[in-house]
Amino acid sequence: MSDGKTVTLTIDGKTIRSREGMYVLEVARENNIQIPTLCYHESLAPSGSCRLCVVEAKRDNSSRIVASCLYPVSDGLEILTNSERVLAVRKLVVELLYARCPNVPFVKNLANEFGIKEPRFAKENDDCILCGLCVRACDEIVGVKAISMVSRGAKKEVNTPFGTASDVCIGCATCAYICPTKRIKVEEKDGYRKIWYKKFKIVNCRKCGFPIGPKEQLSYFIKIAKLPDNFYDLCPSCR
Amino acid sequence: MEKIIKTPDDLERRRKKLLEERQPSRKWIAVPCGTCGLANRSDQILEGLKTYIKKAKVDVEVKKTGCQGLCESLPKIIIHPEKIFYQHVKPSDIKNIVEETLKKNSLVEELLFRDPGTGNTIVKFDDIPIMKKQHRLLLSYHEWIDPEDIDDYIALSGYTSLAKVLFTMKPDEVIEIIKKSGLRGRGGAGFPTGIKWESCRKATGDIKYVICNADEGDPGAYMDRALLEGNPHLVIEGMIIGAYAIGAQQGYVYVRWEYPLALKNLIKAINSAREYGLLGKNILGSGFDFDIGVNRGGGAFVCGESTALMASMEGKPGEPRAKYIHTVEKGLYNRPTTLNNVETWANVPIIIERGLEYYTSIGNEKNKGTKIFSLAGKVNYTGLIEVPLGIKLRDIIFDIGGGIKENRKFKAVQTGGPLGGILGEKHLDLPVDFDSLSKVGSMMGSGGMIVMDETNCMVDVAKYFLRFLEEESCGKCVPCREGVRRMREVLDEISSGRGNDAYIQLLEEMGSAIMDGSLCALGGSAPNPVMTTIKYFPEEYHSHIYNRKCPAGVCKDLITYSIDPDKCNGCAACIPVCPEKCITGVKNKPHILDPVNCIKCGSCYDVCRYDAVLRH
Repeated sequence: MSDGKTVTLTIDGKTIRSREGMYVLEVARENNIQIPTLCYHESLAPSGSCRLCVVEAKRDNSSRIVASCLYPVSDGLEILTNSERVLAVRKLVVELLYARCPNVPFVKNLANEFGIKEPRFAKENDDCILCGLCVRACDEIVGVKAISMVSRGAKKEVNTPFGTASDVCIGCATCAYICPTKRIKVEEKDGYRKIWYKKFKIVNCRKCGFPIGPKEQLSYFIKIAKLPDNFYDLCPSCR
Repeated sequence: MEKIIKTPDDLERRRKKLLEERQPSRKWIAVPCGTCGLANRSDQILEGLKTYIKKAKVDVEVKKTGCQGLCESLPKIIIHPEKIFYQHVKPSDIKNIVEETLKKNSLVEELLFRDPGTGNTIVKFDDIPIMKKQHRLLLSYHEWIDPEDIDDYIALSGYTSLAKVLFTMKPDEVIEIIKKSGLRGRGGAGFPTGIKWESCRKATGDIKYVICNADEGDPGAYMDRALLEGNPHLVIEGMIIGAYAIGAQQGYVYVRWEYPLALKNLIKAINSAREYGLLGKNILGSGFDFDIGVNRGGGAFVCGESTALMASMEGKPGEPRAKYIHTVEKGLYNRPTTLNNVETWANVPIIIERGLEYYTSIGNEKNKGTKIFSLAGKVNYTGLIEVPLGIKLRDIIFDIGGGIKENRKFKAVQTGGPLGGILGEKHLDLPVDFDSLSKVGSMMGSGGMIVMDETNCMVDVAKYFLRFLEEESCGKCVPCREGVRRMREVLDEISSGRGNDAYIQLLEEMGSAIMDGSLCALGGSAPNPVMTTIKYFPEEYHSHIYNRKCPAGVCKDLITYSIDPDKCNGCAACIPVCPEKCITGVKNKPHILDPVNCIKCGSCYDVCRYDAVLRH
């Protein structure tokens, strides 16, 4: 992505040389300019859905609000990361999410950072901000697509197909790990892991008995990494 | 006759032969059978006429056509060559039509159109005043064509523009003509079509696509449906010409599932075009290959957005993506893609055939050609109309639409569908074009136009459109998914009398942040109905907030019903219609309405013939 030709742009008045193909957010972070994000993760393709990372992009006397995680840098581009218009969008986004998930500590803290004491809208009691990190991680990192966005508009949610145990879920819990609101629940008990309506048996190390991971996950790894069938018989320390 | 047309000369010979068979003086009957026609049982008239004519041994062809506008008058027939127009035809009228008009050349008076102004009857379709102000460039084909018969289109010089392009023009020349024609995207944004084509032609990639967007989703709007149902070949020809100009070999039409007749006629037309050698390999012997596939959309409004449409075609959820890299560079399957709306494609063969001088003479400086609107709401004549761009709103509403129903007062007009704005009386002389409408906070949109009168509440209307958008938001980005529904909640508060000083400012603040911050044009335009009503009808908001009154008498929480004892003569008509049984009284004595149990349904108000039920 970043082997393109050199471009010169300004961010908040600071002249920055970068390379074609880079996004504004990446360049800003490289230059220690902070832009808040929610749905961005450096290991995942940007989605541009939370709109917290918006900035004002100016060029040729025209100006527009864009998502910095997806907006490509170019020569002569002028970026404002804290203009009045930018802050108005960010503040509304945070206030809307706070009204949706008023009891989630992560969202509460965010609202605090933006100086929002109480949302001006009726409080609900959701625990998912629909950032989609879990869905993208399951697809792009794990590669199984066990969960996805379901429905649209206000009814949108993250779920497995038809809200039942998914055939392809390997119980790896990457989705739960990446979830900023800790909404995806993983239950580990009596040698089993429960996640997304499905129960997975945990394989233990044959030598020391240390739990290694769900059987389905280990088989999946053996398959895609072409490992020997008995690779996960022992834990890393006993191997 | 061999079906396949191998050269432009072949096409010309075919056309001449068809014209010989179709002498202009012959008598035939057109029965509009688009979805609007079928909903009014025009099929009964079509079949009834065919059967009776066969039995009566009259040599008159009866042909189904697409929608011809003036949908108000369905079921209707037009008898050629005179173009005698009969409206509201019932199966029982068929005998009269055949015996009197076809056999004896005399008119069936009661089926003629009556001018609402003068009361005079009008015989010919083209003489109806509301047709005269129109400029029917695209819709006029529908008067002549059976959409299932490709020969009907060829007889009207169909596919001659394609032959001209393939054999006498280079792709760049085609693009140059479209640029010079000033054609702008009819899907709503009004982007110059020629420039779009040029960018796509210049984009790197050996595989390119053209797409026809027929995912028309505005409530009450059916321009694209009518074009695909009435004359699919015009759209197909436009797409082939565009594909040649851009360098694409594959095209797709994305049609919403709810348009079964459009799908049927389109698929039939594609198959006929293939049989004739107008689609597929080596079109007309030119060496150019191009074919069209059909995709059915599931009916999500957001899939009319180009990137959501492409995602849907790829089998992904119909969610838009950021368009910082344009679809002409990376569109369908990440390949250069030109997506145009049905009506845009349909303009292309006409521009080539009629020439630049003619085409650019229609419209105003930056808006050339015509636009089809679906005129709905409180006007006397509803249905599809086609007008030159730049026509005044007043001319559409009062001349073509025949003014406001029941002589009520005009209040507002919504242009551009749910994402458009609501304009008032002071905008009546505004030219209807892309730039003028966006300047006042509305938009051309794909061509919905809803006229409202004094009985429509602007707060309620804004709420209606927001509710629609709240359900149709894909939910991907926060401002649109969360913001639009919260704006609607604020409107709910206002319309139920719980609004306060801060609400209008809150709505404006949210509106501008949602417009700025949303990912696609759905969220980016969703606040329009609210922003424009606040701007142009502030007194209605004030009345709801400060006086707790709904001036139009629509918002239930702000109105009460009562019975005026001086006017009530005790006819008892209101008693049985009240679903809550809250009107009591004896015959011939004034009745009493119990305001506590009244659910404000208005049934008593509607049924009272003495204006004794008061709404205040």
